[in-house]
Amino acid sequence: MGKEVPDVKTGSLSRRDFLKVSGITLTVPLIAGPRVLRVAGAEVKVFGPGKVPMTFTINGKTYRAELEPRVTLLDALRNEFDLTGAKRVCDRGTCGACTVLLDGKPVYACSVLAIEAQGKAITTVEGLLQEGRLHPIQQAFIENDALQCGFCTPGFVVACKALLDRTPNPTPEDLVRGLGGNLCRCGTYVGIRAAIAQAARMQRGG
Amino acid sequence: MAERNRVEVAEYKWPEPERRRLIGTRVSRVDGPEKVTGRAKYTYDVNRPGMLAGKILRCPHAHARIVRLDTSAAEKMPGVRAVLPLKKVGDEILWAGDEVVAVAAVDEPTAEDAIRAIVVEYEKLPHYVLDTDPKAAGERARPTAEQIEGDPDAAFREAEVVVEGVYGMPLITHCCLEAHGSVVEWEGENQVLVHISTQAVSGIAGQMAGPLGVPASNIRVKQDHIGGGFGSKFSPDSWGIAAARLSKMAGGRPVKIMLERDAELMVAGARPSYYGRVRVGAKRDGTVIAWESETWGTGGIPPTSALPLPYVLRIPNQRKRHIAIVTNSGPARAWRAPLHPQACLLTMAALDDLAAELRMDPLDLLLKNIGLAGERADVYREELQIAAELMEWKKKWHPRGDPSPGPIKRGLGVSIHTWPGRGHACRCDLTIYPDGSVEVKLGSQDLGTGTRTAIAIVVADTLGLPLDAVRVRIGDNQYPPAGGSGGSTTIGGVSSAARRAALDALDQMFARVAPLLNAAPEQLEAWEGRIRVKGDPSRSIAWEQACARLNGMPLTVRGENPGPGELTTAGAAGVQMADVSVDIETGIVRINKMVAVQDCGLIINMKTAESQCYGGMIMGISYALFEEKILDPVTGRMLNPNMEFYKLAGLADVGELVVHMMTGEKYDRRGVIGLGEPPVISPGAAISNAVANAIGVRVPFLPLTPDRVLDALAKKGGSHARV
Repeated sequence: MGKEVPDVKTGSLSRRDFLKVSGITLTVPLIAGPRVLRVAGAEVKVFGPGKVPMTFTINGKTYRAELEPRVTLLDALRNEFDLTGAKRVCDRGTCGACTVLLDGKPVYACSVLAIEAQGKAITTVEGLLQEGRLHPIQQAFIENDALQCGFCTPGFVVACKALLDRTPNPTPEDLVRGLGGNLCRCGTYVGIRAAIAQAARMQRGG
Repeated sequence: MAERNRVEVAEYKWPEPERRRLIGTRVSRVDGPEKVTGRAKYTYDVNRPGMLAGKILRCPHAHARIVRLDTSAAEKMPGVRAVLPLKKVGDEILWAGDEVVAVAAVDEPTAEDAIRAIVVEYEKLPHYVLDTDPKAAGERARPTAEQIEGDPDAAFREAEVVVEGVYGMPLITHCCLEAHGSVVEWEGENQVLVHISTQAVSGIAGQMAGPLGVPASNIRVKQDHIGGGFGSKFSPDSWGIAAARLSKMAGGRPVKIMLERDAELMVAGARPSYYGRVRVGAKRDGTVIAWESETWGTGGIPPTSALPLPYVLRIPNQRKRHIAIVTNSGPARAWRAPLHPQACLLTMAALDDLAAELRMDPLDLLLKNIGLAGERADVYREELQIAAELMEWKKKWHPRGDPSPGPIKRGLGVSIHTWPGRGHACRCDLTIYPDGSVEVKLGSQDLGTGTRTAIAIVVADTLGLPLDAVRVRIGDNQYPPAGGSGGSTTIGGVSSAARRAALDALDQMFARVAPLLNAAPEQLEAWEGRIRVKGDPSRSIAWEQACARLNGMPLTVRGENPGPGELTTAGAAGVQMADVSVDIETGIVRINKMVAVQDCGLIINMKTAESQCYGGMIMGISYALFEEKILDPVTGRMLNPNMEFYKLAGLADVGELVVHMMTGEKYDRRGVIGLGEPPVISPGAAISNAVANAIGVRVPFLPLTPDRVLDALAKKGGSHARV
């Protein structure tokens, strides 16, 4: 299992580098570090297929692990760092139960490679507590019973935060756009609609 | 069992309304903070030291025989710790997705690589997955005996109007968001620890003991939270046994097997399909006198049973036949209110078609025949009237076929349902500690229905304490055994056992503090954190001081259900109405509004009770409009084992939902009745009826997808035809 470590800055693979790498087939020995190749006149780093060291900034803390490049951000969070708030449900970008924030934007953690998430600020549901107190969205979910089994709840809470950060006063259409990528099986949408309305009021100081 | 001191006042009943501080109010769930912060640990979240990842190789064919099985390459792979064949050469496989080999490896990618390295060759055998036509099924069709009540032939001759229609709903799956699975480890030779996603914490050890050859007493089962079950999670399942065996092979290291989403939808959930040709005979005034139905459908290999038809209304003259179709699909499991949504659609749609034939308002037709509902007819009558007001039925309703111009047609539908819901067998231990803290332990589980919170409410109210004074511990089979959470039996079971335990504990407390207050024990009451003399509140003692009289020893009392006093009964009644819009050019159905009016006896927590109704309606909208487990006749495989093509209702699909819970003395005195199942029964029928009312023709089968809607419109009259 990976570890939370003292803050260390390391380089990371940019999305641009990653895109350059994809599509190239190589036989690469089991080495930890990247191999540098020249592709289309530019130098790109090739990682894997063995485990490579990775560093992440999650909820403001630095975490390190050695992971295969094929490991998703979701699996890294859950299996390496025991941050199990984000759930694995559909595992292919449909249900939203794994929603986390990458530099403030909501993403499906099942559909982001861990190696791509390096160098970005990752916020999970565990990071929403404010000085140990519930975030207004979390409080509103409880008061409006916007949860039953609770398995979709962390994803919804994070998606609601992203929505309210962008749209402090959401219309019903904004709700559909902002939360349409999250699914609940128990049927808590009525509570979720009420919760987000309450959280929006609270954040406006109402 | 603790000694009982209760003599004269031995009354096990629920408190009168003025004695309830928490019961029946709107209480936020006690595990809410854990769930909204991500701290709540589900089985899927259990990460044990040294844990291995388990994966299963599944058969891609719906019917096949294994002719070659070679696991040697997988066994030699670095990181692979155990390879366990679950089938052998020569074994016959009866549905696509059935388990063939299980492996355990140091991590998931390695386990997946190992699965890919296993070689299996199959001899494909003929398969059959069609369930819509019993005539085409040949020997796969298994008729059951005809059932007759009254004189149906005479009644149909006597009938002034007879309608006939075909209705039904396909196989669907449970699609629990937390997949089925477990984490199993051996602690020494003979001791097993099981974390499992289950609806039956107290029932798992007994099911694993035989296959593992270990006494059930040596199997510890734990579960803090479960991410949905809906009837599909009562067993350790073959993959739970496989995880245990892999763990043993790997020297006892924990092995986690949680199903992948495709496996979850293929093999771990199925509600049987039911279709039926229904004839109903009535008098010109709408009095229904005759019923005839022939039903068919599949639940996989085991034959399906007959439906409870006609539903709710006991039509005096009936003839019923059922044909089970055996198909090569994963086995059916109980799905929230087994058989009821199907029986409800077949009955309520047939009655709605009868009303259309008679040019009657279907609400009036139901009211006219509601006496056939038996002893609960008055409740339905009252509920139908309340629902009609909340829906503005009389203002909005029009005869079948929205006459307004334009492609968007609007319509209303109504349905009624019932469910038993009596509390299950359950035991709990309630402990009062000398510092005044209170703990309740039972081997139950909270499916998201709010079980923990309900237990805390009952104990706190009985002991006159605030909610947070009571700690509820569930999810461990070392606690007193509680029934599985199925059939809406949990709330009645746990609340009754907890109430009895708390009443008995209070009696013992009264006996200890009575001398201090110069009163007899039966003169005492617990109220707002004090024990006091009834009618003389000045003579009282604080709860903590009273508990200090326990002389340093905790007081533990066992509560049981069933037991003395009628704290739980059976028979919930509910009504739902739907208001839909249908675009007759695209075939898209939209829910404008749904109303649920529901009784469930005494309500413990109004907030979570309403949530059950909202959730039931939403799950119902989902199966009415979207859900179908599509089996490909050519390959026999499920074509949509994923969540983009097995579609669940989203936030934008549900419209305005209104819930009204029946309350008051008449309901309270029946005691606690389960609520998990009832509200999911009627949506299919109510929505189907609303669509027929909007577009003028019946869409016979759910889900009401655009292709089915357009097809029914093209046939001009659908399957509903005058005989």
